[in-house]
Amino acid sequence: MGVNLVANYGEAVAMILFVIGFMNLLLQKNLIKKIIGLNIMDSAVYLFLAEKGYISSRTVPIVVNGIQDVEAYINPIPSGLVLTGIVVSVSVSALMLSLTIRLYRRYHTLDLDEISMRLRKEGL
Amino acid sequence: MSKLRPQKEYEKTGAFRFFRWLSGSKDPYVGEVEMKPQEETIIPESTILERMNEKRMMRDKIYDAENNKKLRLFHKIYIASAILFSFVLAGLLLYTVSCLPPVGNSANPANNEVPERYIESGLQETGAVNIVTGMILDYRAFDTFGESNVLFIATVTVLILLHNKKKSAKEEENDRIYEPKNDAILQACAKVLVPVIIMFGIYIILNGHLSPGGGFSGGAIIGAGLILYLNAFGFKKTERMFTEKTYKAICFAALTFYCVAKSYSFYTGANHLDSHIPLGKAGHILSSGLILPLNICVGLVVACTMYTFYVMFRKGDF
Repeated sequence: MGVNLVANYGEAVAMILFVIGFMNLLLQKNLIKKIIGLNIMDSAVYLFLAEKGYISSRTVPIVVNGIQDVEAYINPIPSGLVLTGIVVSVSVSALMLSLTIRLYRRYHTLDLDEISMRLRKEGL
Repeated sequence: MSKLRPQKEYEKTGAFRFFRWLSGSKDPYVGEVEMKPQEETIIPESTILERMNEKRMMRDKIYDAENNKKLRLFHKIYIASAILFSFVLAGLLLYTVSCLPPVGNSANPANNEVPERYIESGLQETGAVNIVTGMILDYRAFDTFGESNVLFIATVTVLILLHNKKKSAKEEENDRIYEPKNDAILQACAKVLVPVIIMFGIYIILNGHLSPGGGFSGGAIIGAGLILYLNAFGFKKTERMFTEKTYKAICFAALTFYCVAKSYSFYTGANHLDSHIPLGKAGHILSSGLILPLNICVGLVVACTMYTFYVMFRKGDF
């Protein structure tokens, strides 16, 4: 066990959120709730990245009053990565929700167990 | 000198039969093998039904979740192992976090020479006051181009999955039934809010290189304004200004401009992404070279994408 668990409490929260989302993904039967679980996992990753880029007692990376000192601003790279992540997660959510709509139109249920059971009964 | 064999003796040899078979003058099976045409085996219909019944009964028995003990056991084991796995994963991740360097320390390995370069010379090289925007739209512009394409591809996939081109009158009727028609409160609110929201989105896009924000966030706000307008005034009003053709034209134009603006450097030796547009005075709206047009492109793509997602999920047609 390392020594930084208390100092890294933000990252620890991110990890717990990640596992909550993962458990949602494993244990929920409703497809919409599964998608919500995946979105919780996404948020956990954003929180983790934001924590990685933070440097205490420094400000956001927007140049104010012409100060261009490394000591003044936090790390800008994780912010850019979070932006990428948000866009990709929006796309993935939309794709999964549209697939769910198609499944609902075909089987009239959102329960994944029921859908797979009916698939097997139909012999597919 | 070879001996000439009599014809009768030669006919008995294998070579003779082989050449005869090869030339096709005689089929070796005709008259030698007992042959009869195959009859189609007809299974009576009752047998087929019986077999189907049997199969169905077996399936029902196997997949009957309430009475099949093995299936119930499997479900229990699945839930138990899922919870166990999640807790093990949580423990492992927390252990890893406890071993990571402390948050907020400027000596962390992530704070190396790359962000140093971005901060110290980002303003001079890109002209953007917002270092993050300068980073994602100048140093890493290809990355952002890929993001825009991801959004575009997601929209195309949603269009493929949910677009119903057949304008069945029944379905349209159904949608119109549930659509709130001329809701006075909503319309009054929308009249005040929609212009403000869209103006705010445009402000965020145009100030992307000066203040927090940029194409993605501003585009999302404009999309939200369009969705509010649609909810208040219905499809008939939005159809006048936003159809599938509009979406295609805007997205195609924005992505093509982005692609051309950033990939011409491949044809000039792929050594530098210089736009030759004067960077202007830092802090002005018209500064920082290509970043402003690229921000507008990204904002247009994102706004159209958000609106299209909503329309597709709502009705399946523009």
